[in-house]
Amino acid sequence: MELKTKIHAEEGTQDLTITREFELPVELLFKAHTEPEIVEQWMGTKVMKLEAQKHGGWHFVTSDNKGNPVFQANGVFHEFITNEKIVRTFEMENAPMGVQLEFFEFKPLTEDTSKLIMHIVYQSAEARNMQLKMPFAKGLNMAHDRLQDVVTKLKQA
Amino acid sequence: MKIRRDVFQAIADPTRRAILVLVATQSMTAGAIASNFDTARPTVSKHLQILTECELLEQEQNGREIYYHLNPQKIKEISDFIEPFRKLWDERFNKLEAIMKNYKPKK
Repeated sequence: MELKTKIHAEEGTQDLTITREFELPVELLFKAHTEPEIVEQWMGTKVMKLEAQKHGGWHFVTSDNKGNPVFQANGVFHEFITNEKIVRTFEMENAPMGVQLEFFEFKPLTEDTSKLIMHIVYQSAEARNMQLKMPFAKGLNMAHDRLQDVVTKLKQA
Repeated sequence: MKIRRDVFQAIADPTRRAILVLVATQSMTAGAIASNFDTARPTVSKHLQILTECELLEQEQNGREIYYHLNPQKIKEISDFIEPFRKLWDERFNKLEAIMKNYKPKK
């Protein structure tokens, strides 16, 4: 099946762009990034902190079934414009990629559809390639399995 | 002597990418490839050497000439490399979409 998500990562550069069109009004797409309980469901992580405003901080933790954290990420919001734009830093803890700068643009396409453009800037091209090469880290996989359950339940409700 | 080269480093160069595009449809000699570039012939040779070392290009002897052609298997490795990352985000976004389609605003 054709993936709806596009990744643009030019070789030799230190950034990448992820774009995706959603069958959702831009308001709902934005809300999915700001409400902790919704973020938890689709990101498959526990939201420890999500201060959805300029100067606000965020902190996500994913644990294995024994409760040991397998993934932790944190950062600060630099810009937060409802239904339009989020600028944040992102750091995966205990990972060699360093801190990233992320620009999220939320664009309405029609009344019921919207587009997300995530532009991520890494410290170096090496850091970016490292990130690209480690998508199926254990923790994320497990988180996905759990997430699948959540969505299945939601659909049945 | 065999130098191990990173494929991604190899395709970081625009000239090398252009070479790959050139030989995508036909085998070509170094001379024919070089004639497509303003770059000096030895520079093109160096690029061909790098692309061959990382197995993106394969050489075949045809009489006195060496022809270069693309190694599709290696090219596939590159295009596959980004796919898991893309799939990861696609799955996340699919979930986001499914969740928000069922979203009932709390009052």
